[in-house]
Amino acid sequence: MADLVSHPDEVKVVSKRFGKGATDIDRYLELDGYKAVQKALGMQPDAIVNLVKDSGLRGRGGAGFNTGMKWSFVPKQSAKPKYILCNGDESEPGTCKDRLIFEHDPHAVIEGVVIAGIATGSHTGYIYIRGEYRYLLNIMQKAIKDAYARGFLGKNIFGSGYDFDVYWHGGAGAYEVGEESALMESLEGKRGIPRIRPPFPAVVGLWGGPTVINNAETLASVPHILLGGAEWFAKLGPPKNGGTRLFCLSGHLNRPGVYELPMGYNLKKMIYDVGGGIANGRALKAVVPGGSSCPVLTADEIDVSMDFDSMMKAGTMLGSGGVVIVDETTCMVKFALRIMRFYQHESCGWCIPCREGTDWLKKTLTRFHAGDGVQKDIDNIRYLSDNMLGRTFCPLGDAAAMPTISIVKKFCKEFEDHLDGKPCPFETAGVGEPVLA
Amino acid sequence: MKFSEQFESRFSEMLTHYPTKRSVLVPTLLYVQDEFGYLNDDVIHEIALRLDLTDLEVTNVISYYSMLTRKPRGKFNVQVCTNIACMLRGGEELLDHCEKKLGIGHKGTTSDGMFSLEEVECIGACSWAPAVQVNYDFHENLTAEKMDKVLDGYKTQGTQ
Repeated sequence: MADLVSHPDEVKVVSKRFGKGATDIDRYLELDGYKAVQKALGMQPDAIVNLVKDSGLRGRGGAGFNTGMKWSFVPKQSAKPKYILCNGDESEPGTCKDRLIFEHDPHAVIEGVVIAGIATGSHTGYIYIRGEYRYLLNIMQKAIKDAYARGFLGKNIFGSGYDFDVYWHGGAGAYEVGEESALMESLEGKRGIPRIRPPFPAVVGLWGGPTVINNAETLASVPHILLGGAEWFAKLGPPKNGGTRLFCLSGHLNRPGVYELPMGYNLKKMIYDVGGGIANGRALKAVVPGGSSCPVLTADEIDVSMDFDSMMKAGTMLGSGGVVIVDETTCMVKFALRIMRFYQHESCGWCIPCREGTDWLKKTLTRFHAGDGVQKDIDNIRYLSDNMLGRTFCPLGDAAAMPTISIVKKFCKEFEDHLDGKPCPFETAGVGEPVLA
Repeated sequence: MKFSEQFESRFSEMLTHYPTKRSVLVPTLLYVQDEFGYLNDDVIHEIALRLDLTDLEVTNVISYYSMLTRKPRGKFNVQVCTNIACMLRGGEELLDHCEKKLGIGHKGTTSDGMFSLEEVECIGACSWAPAVQVNYDFHENLTAEKMDKVLDGYKTQGTQ
């Protein structure tokens, strides 16, 4: 469905089977499929955990936590069943990478889930795919069915004596459900309201059992680590940032698309070489480096290495790999408003700072962009956002506050240019009444 | 209340996937909505009975998920993304275009019941923006002209 692109700087690991017909199980087997899980079956669980730990694989959903470390938190003994939950509820604005993995390489995700299960002593895995991705749910259902038919799933997988079941699960439209505890609530048939932590899912997760929750890209990376080794994977990126990433380049670029680049790839190069530079010969204004929740970078701040630690040093986050490029013709007040409209719409309403904060910020930004802003609003936007940070049960409040704070701070002049009843300097037509209620 | 055979076999199978019955609820509601177009009181009651839930518990879940609806929609639900990546590449203009072409606004339905229109949040097509989903089908890298062709195609399909 979605067009594939390529660039000579790409290092294809997770995407190596894209466009090669690997949804077909026989084709997947020809392309080294299900070798990693057989290798894992011959290893000690601790050895698998350590291998993944040493590979420097970090959570591709955005948090960037060391995957092997996360697995090691699962208790060895548990009265309740342990579960593996693949988070395929991709919905962070700017992100469209898991979609390609499910479309082109669904068995790699299944394999990653089974390996995570062997490593943690679990016998059941769930692959949660967002409701909008119905065609991908269909692909996954077939892949799971084919794997059962071959004896790769179910009782005594590959004749090893180990049992492992994998089930599919579909969502029905909710950004918040991409948060790990809300994801579990949704899978249990409830509203996606986050759970209070601790206890963390690794100890008390699905139906009270220890649960490993990993992003689809994270799990799809695991079989490659098993076959290629920890050292190989770790060396693809800078220290503590192993492997590659699927970067989703979007916005005002000549060649938007999903590219797999080594972790630590330079952002400037990513924009100008890989993405072909800014469309229509315009100048760059801002970059959202890893999905809408990340603080934005200005055109002067893009000479940075795209890995978790460097981005943190640059005052932002690597996030989910959604790189959105914004050119000089864009109004940053409107951009901030559009982001806030999203978070206001998606806030589950449980925590007051998030529910009220996003609503108040949306109203203020709407009024401000329409030309009815006063100087004090600028301070209020920052004050409100600052007071949402760290004061909610899940990161949605932070996700709404962080980009807003960065936009007000870095593009304050644009806010001032909207004052005193002046029309938006970037357009005559405004963003209009928010219709998503 | 009669559901399709495909629904029934999938439903029975799904019940075996989880330790609790309730866990099938979210995907089941979407599948049942696909059959009836929306979730009416009878459907809600039937699902509640099957899962040992109250009607209110089911309704409570429905109101949380943006794809689930208790009101009928058109045969083809046109969902236009205007989130950041699509906005930068003309998503809002595309929404305006659809509003004019179909003569309806956000969550409106044409009088012949053919089309509904919805402004939606990120649908995961950022690198192929602007994008629209019609029911479950993605249409990407759109322009006003391409959008017209897409809508005309559905109209032909719907009148056949």
